Amino acid sequence: MNSRPPAHFNLLARVLHWSMAVLILTMLFVGVTMVASLTLRPMLIELHRPIGIAILLLALLRLGNRLTHRPPPLPADLPAIQKSAARASHWVLYALMLSMPLIGWGMLSAGGYPIVMFGSVSLPAILPHSPTLFALLRGAHGLLAYLLFATVLLHLSAALYHAWVRRDGVFASMARGPGRDANR
Amino acid sequence: MTSQMPTPDGRPPRRSLLPLAAIGLIALGGAAAFAWAAGWIGSSGRLTSQRFVDTIEATGADHPGFRRAHSKGVCVSGSFQGTAEGVALSSARAFSQAAVPVLGRMSIGGGDPHGADAAARVRSMALLIRTDDGQQWRMAMNSFPFFGAPTLEAFLEQTRAGIPDPATGKPDPAKMAAFLARYPQARRFQAWAESARWSDSWANTAYNGVHTFHFINTNGERQPVRWSMRPQAPFVEMDKAKREQASADYLAEELDRRLATGPLRWDMVVTLPDAGDALDDPSQPWPETRRQVTVGTLSFEQAQPQATGPCRDVNFDPLILPTGIAASDDPILAARSGVYAQSFFRREREIASGKASDATDQEASP
Repeated sequence: MNSRPPAHFNLLARVLHWSMAVLILTMLFVGVTMVASLTLRPMLIELHRPIGIAILLLALLRLGNRLTHRPPPLPADLPAIQKSAARASHWVLYALMLSMPLIGWGMLSAGGYPIVMFGSVSLPAILPHSPTLFALLRGAHGLLAYLLFATVLLHLSAALYHAWVRRDGVFASMARGPGRDANR
Repeated sequence: MTSQMPTPDGRPPRRSLLPLAAIGLIALGGAAAFAWAAGWIGSSGRLTSQRFVDTIEATGADHPGFRRAHSKGVCVSGSFQGTAEGVALSSARAFSQAAVPVLGRMSIGGGDPHGADAAARVRSMALLIRTDDGQQWRMAMNSFPFFGAPTLEAFLEQTRAGIPDPATGKPDPAKMAAFLARYPQARRFQAWAESARWSDSWANTAYNGVHTFHFINTNGERQPVRWSMRPQAPFVEMDKAKREQASADYLAEELDRRLATGPLRWDMVVTLPDAGDALDDPSQPWPETRRQVTVGTLSFEQAQPQATGPCRDVNFDPLILPTGIAASDDPILAARSGVYAQSFFRREREIASGKASDATDQEASP
């Protein structure tokens, strides 16, 4: 057993992190554009549903990997408040990655909509047809999307702060693997 | 590992604000791009689904829980039976399944849920067909044979012309005149509204999909079509005097009387265009001489009040289509989807928050 904490996230974590970064940012922009746009909505909503379910599946895989693989520790000299903020924002990100697709799925179910993935493939409804549930979930889906975008921006700013200001290896722990980490 | 690495030449690091400024700019840029995509900033008054529904809402009083347009209606239910000609044109299960259950809604144009039925020029039929392969086909059809505006911008201009002037409480006729002067399609629509004979029932009225869709058959062949529901009940004219004497809920009462004696039927007919016929402009009707194919029969057996019926909480979005049917590039068709979704969210929210006792037939809480 290796007791020394790893300096880098494992390969699966890094692949999932960067591919989900692309998917989640795409989703957020597809989402707000589609709700506003009068002409792009049909095309964008066809992307939004399958990408959302893909994010749900990847987030489950990622959560499993995160719980079975020890992440690299934050630098010892990082102020406690920044450590807490980092931990809290990560759990907020996990909670939103998992809940946003489920809320979207539930919202379409409660709105009586078919949940079309592609072609003739649809998902079953997970909630009964109900105006109360629909209004609640549709409102939550929008508000939580803003929270997710704000958290993503905060996460990105913090990552760049580690990379460009503190230069403490936190950014590198997600950006690359231990193979080229010649300095350690 | 320390937080401040020495620089290569050994001097202590220079404290620079540049990285912080860059991070700030990146975060700000991301937020600005998001706000622009959402339509919050940028060209003021950019046409979004939200602004379109705001404009429709401005044309009349608030009626919480009701549809923003075609507010008054009744739920109906029955079945659809496709024909072999329909199967040849489209692989949609609706044409091959025997007797598909249908949920529908018959309505009148306008945003007043208490308007007089017989006084409404435009009547509408919306359908939700749910086939045994788990797919849905939703339609929204109207009694007019073509749309009154050629583009989204024109449609918005027309809607804006219908907003009451605060001084008079009525739309400014000059604005509608200016709209009509600009668009020959709108004048053609007005000519239809003034000359077409009024029927005396929802049941003997024809309803037209107006937009072009593509039927795709099992060989993958695409056929542009426009569909209509042609009533099997014979047309009976309702003149002006009869319309003025009719009760406010005339159409709903008349429908109930008819249903008591048997189902109401329409033939679903698709018109096939010739080369050169407009595919993406619903204000351009296709000539009457175009080939027509009967692809199915619609039957309604029962009606329920909208407030408690199964159609109340359904968004009849005409872009919910099964495989075998695809939308055309008609921008007005695309826009309907977004506008309907926004309107649906608003009225469901009103119903959910208990502010829509009128729309749901519930006693308002004291």
